[in-house]
Amino acid sequence: MTLHPLAFMILKRLALGLVTLLAISLFIFLAIELLPGDIAEEVLGQSATPETVAAFRRELGLDQPAITRYLAWLTDVLHGDFGTSLASGREISELLAGRFANTLFLALYAAAISVPLAIGLGLLAALYRGSWFDRTVNIATLSSISFPEYFVAYILLLFFSVKWGLFPSIADFGSDASLGTMLYRTFLPALTLVLVVTAHMMRMTRAAIINLLAQPYIEMARLKGASPARVILRHALPNALAPIINVVALNLAYLVTGVVIVEVVFVYPGLGQLMVDSVAKRDIPVVQACCLIFAGIYILLNLSADVLAIATNPRLMHRK
Amino acid sequence: MTAISLRSVPLTAIFGIVVIAAFALTGIFANLLAPYGETQIVGMEFEPWGGDFVLGTDSLGRDMLSRLIYGARNSIGIALATTIIAFVVGAALGLLAAVLGGWIDQALSRFVDLMIAIPGLVFALLLLSIFGTSIPMLILIISVLELTRVFRLARAVAMDIVVMDYVEAARLRGEGLWWLVRREILPNIMAPLVAEFGLRFCFVFLAISALSFLGLGIQPPTADWGSMVRDNAMMITFGDITPLLPAACIALLTVSINFVVDWMLHRASGLKD
Repeated sequence: MTLHPLAFMILKRLALGLVTLLAISLFIFLAIELLPGDIAEEVLGQSATPETVAAFRRELGLDQPAITRYLAWLTDVLHGDFGTSLASGREISELLAGRFANTLFLALYAAAISVPLAIGLGLLAALYRGSWFDRTVNIATLSSISFPEYFVAYILLLFFSVKWGLFPSIADFGSDASLGTMLYRTFLPALTLVLVVTAHMMRMTRAAIINLLAQPYIEMARLKGASPARVILRHALPNALAPIINVVALNLAYLVTGVVIVEVVFVYPGLGQLMVDSVAKRDIPVVQACCLIFAGIYILLNLSADVLAIATNPRLMHRK
Repeated sequence: MTAISLRSVPLTAIFGIVVIAAFALTGIFANLLAPYGETQIVGMEFEPWGGDFVLGTDSLGRDMLSRLIYGARNSIGIALATTIIAFVVGAALGLLAAVLGGWIDQALSRFVDLMIAIPGLVFALLLLSIFGTSIPMLILIISVLELTRVFRLARAVAMDIVVMDYVEAARLRGEGLWWLVRREILPNIMAPLVAEFGLRFCFVFLAISALSFLGLGIQPPTADWGSMVRDNAMMITFGDITPLLPAACIALLTVSINFVVDWMLHRASGLKD
């Protein structure tokens, strides 16, 4: 029963996450109610006769009260049925399936490179604080987080694809490509994400470690003559885990939205591109579905960050 | 406080201040500086650099340099308006929550928690798909998204001040809400708020330019840096860097602001190297 408080805490967080997700689903659903008129009028346009609008409303179930429609929509979503797209009339879940996997692939690809890179660089910058290495890295990362993502993407595209012809500029790899081809074709979008996310992650890691090294017990360990390696590995690292995990999860959550722009630049068939296209077409059911998925992943990542941070730092469990 | 000696200011911060001033002047005097009109079609599409058109022409034959200059006014102006709205409303609500406490604080804080749980760009896309894309709508949506972040910061820093004895003393004296906020709390939290203003402006600026780049922000024919990249992006595949110029302007401005804010935060924290 030693794990009991931790298990309880995880359950509590999960419940909180579910409540948040539920509230967001309500919010996403109700946002449409703010529309002047409703979807039926929006889709059919000005010239539609009142009869057509009424018939379309009945077809969409818009003649039901909002709360009934919300519950029906939520039940359908929980069964994996997101309804049909207004623009193409296709099943939304069918549209989402492949694209969701693509987006996940790209995000994981970028994360696999950027997480070790950022933590390594962040540690080095913190340990050699004030050195030329730290200053160079500081200026480089500050610049990199100030760049719009599409700027980074187009610069990479200009050099790696147009000038040197090393990588393809369009990242679509078709349906049955080998892993190697997939990694090769999505290298540029992944690299863009790596550059943007690594800068954020590295700066936060550096700040967390510097904060930690200023603690009295580190000073104490140094004063009692512990070797530098022992100070870092035995005294600093266990305490640094929680902030580092937090930083990683936060940036993975950032990756989830960062993919939207990158997917558009490299014409990558992911969830982000679908969402942008649907916003332009005002295909609201598809936008709702994408929004719900993005928000769900985002909440899940933040939730696991919380849980992991508390698991590695038991003091947080007794926070008032 | 004595004047900051120029030597103690790092090079990066000086660079930042100079660039920000240059951009501001360009924006203000855009109609004097630009050789051609904002939406005036002056030549063929995609004319090369040099000659009559210093930076060539865009996809519709409009002068690139003129549009870049007018873009400074439009892009920065819209981002600035958005940030100011987000700041005034966000800080006011944050201060109210901190001073009044109770159910007002609870209601505002829980609502903000909910808003922050949705990724910003995704949320903006949802709202834009519902309300359509127009400049007032864009300003409204982005400022609502950003004010949640301002609210959190303002509430957190004001909370530290609200518990101070002098605030308690002012309360017991019977001072009203306005006095408490204006005379007791606001002067003590200005420094973090000003630094935050710079950072928030960068976020807003990048968010709006991202939406414009996606074709969902500032709409043509208004000259705007984000949508200019989008309109001319196809030239990049021919190895032409002209479409990257507006993006470079955005990057230059945000880098400069970050340099200045970095220096201000460093100074405020009292850290000495």
